[in-house]
Amino acid sequence: MARFIFMRLLQAIPVLLVVITVTFFLVRLAPGGPFSAEKAVPPEVLKALEARYHLDQPVVNQYLSYLGDLARGDFGPSFKYPGRSVNEMIAAGLPATTELGLYAMCFALLIGASAGVIAALKPNSAQDYIPMSTAMLGICLPSFLLGPLFMLVFGVWLEWLPVSGWGDIPGDKILPALTLASGYTAYIARLSRGGMLEVMSQDYIRTARAKGLPEWKVVLKHGLRGGMIPVIAFIGPAFAGLLSGSFVVETIFQIPGLGRFYVQAAFNRDYTMIMGTTVLFATLIIFFNLLADIVAVWLNPRLRDLYRGKGA
Amino acid sequence: MSSPEINSTQQDIDTPPTPLAPAEKGSSLWRDAWHRLQKNKMALLGLVVMVAMCIIALLTPWITVYGYEEQNLLLGASPPSAAHWLGTDTLGRDLLTRILYGSRISLAVGFIATAVALLIGVIYGTVAGYMGGRIDAAMMRLVDILYALPFMIFIILLMVIFGRNILLLFLAIGAVEWLTMARIVRGQVQSLRQQEFVEAAVSIGLGPWAIIRRHLIPNTLGPVIVYTTLTIPSVMLLESFLSFLGLGIQPPQSSWGLLISYGVETMEEYPWLLIFPGLALSLTLFALNFLGDGLRDALDPRASKD
Repeated sequence: MARFIFMRLLQAIPVLLVVITVTFFLVRLAPGGPFSAEKAVPPEVLKALEARYHLDQPVVNQYLSYLGDLARGDFGPSFKYPGRSVNEMIAAGLPATTELGLYAMCFALLIGASAGVIAALKPNSAQDYIPMSTAMLGICLPSFLLGPLFMLVFGVWLEWLPVSGWGDIPGDKILPALTLASGYTAYIARLSRGGMLEVMSQDYIRTARAKGLPEWKVVLKHGLRGGMIPVIAFIGPAFAGLLSGSFVVETIFQIPGLGRFYVQAAFNRDYTMIMGTTVLFATLIIFFNLLADIVAVWLNPRLRDLYRGKGA
Repeated sequence: MSSPEINSTQQDIDTPPTPLAPAEKGSSLWRDAWHRLQKNKMALLGLVVMVAMCIIALLTPWITVYGYEEQNLLLGASPPSAAHWLGTDTLGRDLLTRILYGSRISLAVGFIATAVALLIGVIYGTVAGYMGGRIDAAMMRLVDILYALPFMIFIILLMVIFGRNILLLFLAIGAVEWLTMARIVRGQVQSLRQQEFVEAAVSIGLGPWAIIRRHLIPNTLGPVIVYTTLTIPSVMLLESFLSFLGLGIQPPQSSWGLLISYGVETMEEYPWLLIFPGLALSLTLFALNFLGDGLRDALDPRASKD
């Protein structure tokens, strides 16, 4: 197991390097620099600015010095917000994004898993079709449509919940979290339905029933344990997706998170901010995928043997 | 070069029960699949909706009364009426007309970008699966690396940097979506390669390209069709999302994502501007997803749910 984790960590290094390199050169290939948007910048000032951020040096030198800074955990200064470092800006945006992702994850797990289990208990009945069609709705309604619809219905028409803000009014985190969760809820519902259907037809479930256990105990104690394996394996990639995919929801609900910063940085050509957020997102995605693989191996002893046989 | 005969006799003599090599006749798989699909009402409905939508989209310039840029500033935003079935936007443009023109763009992006993904994915996956060994390992490692990249972020970056060019949009989306296709095809080819009809084709001296083209790719069609049907909605979603951010289709052209983003701005006063384009998009996504699910059950009975 330790060997497996170590190998996967080693593999993550080239992936990160590719991300860094591609982003770095892509950004610099682009027409227009971070200071070209500003009106009436005298050439001397522009020169001074470029010198200050080392933009006057050859690209290769810029690249190497960036890699050096990165290795020390320094994302560099922001080009657009003088005096602020990218590290500070990421530190400012990350809490909101993480919090939103966690809430969304909780919603998705709670609603999705219950819907899936309920559907699996009576396959091909109304009890199955209704939650599963609703799940299809979650897959087909993109968040940039669902978010505004939620705002319109629950915020403007019914006036149940506030439509924007983050932590200002109680309840203002519910709609964004629900919006972000919708697609994942639907997917988890499908996964848990499939998992439960498979488990509930196993022999040990029949044994549990035969020894006279009440049905709810059979489902909750014996069924869930096996039926949730696909869901647990999905949590890692889902969380990575929730974190890096939250910029739509953050933009719609005006949440001061990392995703919104990223979109702004891309529009502003804020080189260092783009680099910083991209590297951070890539790291998160790799980390959560690795976590998912480890959990999958840990949950499934057959995979464990496979890796042991291969790794030795 | 009489490979088709070799192929069919091979299948007549021994009948390896693979999901893709039918036991009796070449067409029976497709006929079976069609029967199974017909039983699935939701999938059929999805098929009908999609065909209807494509026909309407093609005929749009001839069946619409208004132009998509035709403004009527005196009218302004008006709710649905007899003259404007779905109402008008703030510039007095007919919403139905704009949704129909938007459908042309959204569907075109969906189909063309999927075709790009299909082409790259099928070729890449087939080559990797056929070559096997070290080449396969290296090619699939590359796919693994690409999987780990934050693609949404790259697409946003690409669109911001290189301008909002529709051709680039196709390429960018296609470049993201081919990865899963390559994996699916590679798995299929790997199992097909072991079978005797491929061995027979090798023994009569066919080159790798001929084998790939004539024997391997046709046999992977089932899963490829299923995955293609499921890729189109995700591509359309991506396009509308980019247009929503202002990075995709540019005005005065209209696409569903763009219409939705306009709708969001004025949804409190004129909710129909958000609701109708939203309905058009979700109806299409629904139809394609149900069709894709139905096709999966029909073409790959082993993977079906019950």
